[in-house]
Amino acid sequence: MHQLKVVQLTKYYKQAQALAGLSFEVENGEFVAVIGRSGAGKSTLLRCINRMIEPTAGQVLFNGTDVRNLRNRDLRRLRTGIGMIFQHYNLVHRQTVLENVLHGRLGFKSDWDGIVGNYTHAEKQHALEIIAKLGLDQHTYSRCDTLSGGQKQRVGIARALVQDPQLILCDEPIASLDPSSAKVIMDHLRTICREMGITVIVNLHQVDVALKYSDRIMGVKAGTLVYDGKPDKLSKKLIHEIYGTETGDLIDE
Amino acid sequence: MKPKKLAREALAAGETMAKAIPPRDIFGERRRNFFLFALLFLALTWWSSWGTEFDLWSAFASFPKALAWLGLNFIPSADSLQYLPRIGEKLLETVFVSITATTTSAVLAFALSLFSSKTTRPNAWVALVVRGLGTFLRSIPVAAWAMIFLFSFGQSPLTGFLAIFMETLGFFIRAFIETVDETSESSVEALRASGASWLHTVSQAVLPSVVPQLVSWILYMIETNIRSATLVGLLTGTGIGFVFDIYYKSMRYPPAGLVVLSIVVVVLLIEILSNRIRRSIQ
Amino acid sequence: MNQPRIPLRKPTASSFALNLVLTGFLVLTVVGLFFLDSKKADVGQATLKALDDLRKMLFEPVMEHLNWTEAITQLGVTLGLSFLTTLFGAILALFLSFFAARNLGNVAIGNVLKAFVAVVRAVPTVLWVLIFAIGAGLGAVAAVVGMGFHTVGYLLKAYSESFEEIDSGVIEALKASGASWWQIVFQAVLPATLTALLSWTFIRFEINFTTAVAMGAAAGAGGIGFDLFMASSHYFNIREVGFLTWLILLTALVMEIIATRLREANRLQG
Repeated sequence: MHQLKVVQLTKYYKQAQALAGLSFEVENGEFVAVIGRSGAGKSTLLRCINRMIEPTAGQVLFNGTDVRNLRNRDLRRLRTGIGMIFQHYNLVHRQTVLENVLHGRLGFKSDWDGIVGNYTHAEKQHALEIIAKLGLDQHTYSRCDTLSGGQKQRVGIARALVQDPQLILCDEPIASLDPSSAKVIMDHLRTICREMGITVIVNLHQVDVALKYSDRIMGVKAGTLVYDGKPDKLSKKLIHEIYGTETGDLIDE
Repeated sequence: MKPKKLAREALAAGETMAKAIPPRDIFGERRRNFFLFALLFLALTWWSSWGTEFDLWSAFASFPKALAWLGLNFIPSADSLQYLPRIGEKLLETVFVSITATTTSAVLAFALSLFSSKTTRPNAWVALVVRGLGTFLRSIPVAAWAMIFLFSFGQSPLTGFLAIFMETLGFFIRAFIETVDETSESSVEALRASGASWLHTVSQAVLPSVVPQLVSWILYMIETNIRSATLVGLLTGTGIGFVFDIYYKSMRYPPAGLVVLSIVVVVLLIEILSNRIRRSIQ
Repeated sequence: MNQPRIPLRKPTASSFALNLVLTGFLVLTVVGLFFLDSKKADVGQATLKALDDLRKMLFEPVMEHLNWTEAITQLGVTLGLSFLTTLFGAILALFLSFFAARNLGNVAIGNVLKAFVAVVRAVPTVLWVLIFAIGAGLGAVAAVVGMGFHTVGYLLKAYSESFEEIDSGVIEALKASGASWWQIVFQAVLPATLTALLSWTFIRFEINFTTAVAMGAAAGAGGIGFDLFMASSHYFNIREVGFLTWLILLTALVMEIIATRLREANRLQG
């Protein structure tokens, strides 16, 4: 069984088509980069997997269950198994690093324990280990609004890891970072994939980064899959087709 | 894009266009618009003055007269100090009614705003109903609310409380919806994506993000409401407004002046304290 | 299980201050509840009556002591009072704001004006109106002058802040080209901020309408507010109060729609 199987996934926003019947499978432990211009449908695709966006048609099977059939509690349980990392980190700025990381455990908690922030000793210990692994132990009790962009994104990664997810979805994780912080983040993501066996699907618009880090590249253009395969098979011509560029300039924006 | 296209077409049309349309006299047009506006304003001013029997000259004339008179009669005298305990007591009542009305309506408004903010609303219809309620409450002036509650609650502090509560609730609903929208959208998305429930997201992402902003709004409204409460007190015969009314109607002006002075002192103190608090909770 | 507890956060000055403020609010609110003397014995009964009153107001409005012509005329009077107050307040505030804005005037004068405004705004509008009524008599003059104080204070702040938002390069460029202070004001500052100024002025007009209703009711300044006061405190007619409330509510709604449009137009420009 594939860990993730997407069949004819389609999404319309009112009249505009964002996804035009995408189909693909992802195996356990793969590192997949989704490339394409902004507006190609990368973000929508990612968010349809954990149902942050409702697909219009098609199937998304995660470990064999169609996520589109899930309601309330079951949907929340699905989401606990899938971590998510965002371009703008999406942290609660006024809270500490530790508090933000532990937010990843809320999905496992009763309403009351979550409201008062009642985490077990084991959970806290686990969070501290992850924080240390990401090199943030100096900042455990710093408020997130005092951190740099790269540090904030590491908090984002820690928050996803503390869920013990099988899959991590990354929506443009390095688009707001400088090159050296971006490298740190991508290295962490690769380590997570290799050492912990967690599947990583990452939206990128930098082709060079995608080529360097991923096992597999999916090229999305106007809501359709125009390439799906190994990075070394991706020709210059195809890249130009995905990005719709004429010249050798591959860096979008 | 459109003006560019127009410009290009105009260029293409060339000389014929230039001849057909005389060059626009921008300055002349602006001058004409200005005169039209000035005329409209003059007409409105004349009409308003006529309708309300307002006379600009007597307004000007009243100014020095009123100020001189204020200087002579409104200065609290040593004599008026005997009224201070009574004034203090009623001012305290007004301040506390304002605070309680503000904080209680803030709690309710925050709960309601969660049903209307883009990031936390359960559905678009509920959101619209809450927003509509806010507009309704806000659009009825506090004086009208006071007159309405006078019927059932009579001349009591409770009437004033309810009037201020309603007006403040309307104001807070709009302010809090905007605050929740602005400060917590991204973190709410992250928590929902990790499987957190609605109550979790509200308590762990929304609340910590918005609290300083809400406190700031509450402080602002407490200050505003002390002034509103004075007005409402005049209408409902309670608090500091009532005390002023008594001195004013019985022409005991020095104690009336003392009332004004004590309100100024209290409001300024609250403003200074508010600014301190705002700085320290960031 | 003898592990040391792991805290989620370390106490900081700002979290301490925040907790202190929230506790303060709670204590003050509880104390405030004791001031809410209903004077009548039964709050429950009064609440039920209030709900019934609201129903009557909203769904069974009538006119008994006035007809449509009078009602519209009185509404016109209230609008007229707010218009005059806003107009004269805006003129005075505009004049003063050139001196109060940090990038145009001088800091000392600006601070004096700000302190003055703070004191002026601390006095409730109704008291300003009543104070001026002693000299000018109850009526339009006292209402317009009295309401003018807060209007000037509010607009002075709004205008001078709009001026302060102007790109400093524009003023510098004009200064460098030898333009005089008045030329800078009329050629750069006013055109650049005109929409913002108009939008603030209209918002104040909206506020002044509400205030004018209140002054009619509480200070006998005339207009629809006075009718409201009569319907409530003299005729004890909740259904007529309802009619007048509808009239005020609808007027306020129309103005809010216009204000929202203006603000959006303003945002698009800025």
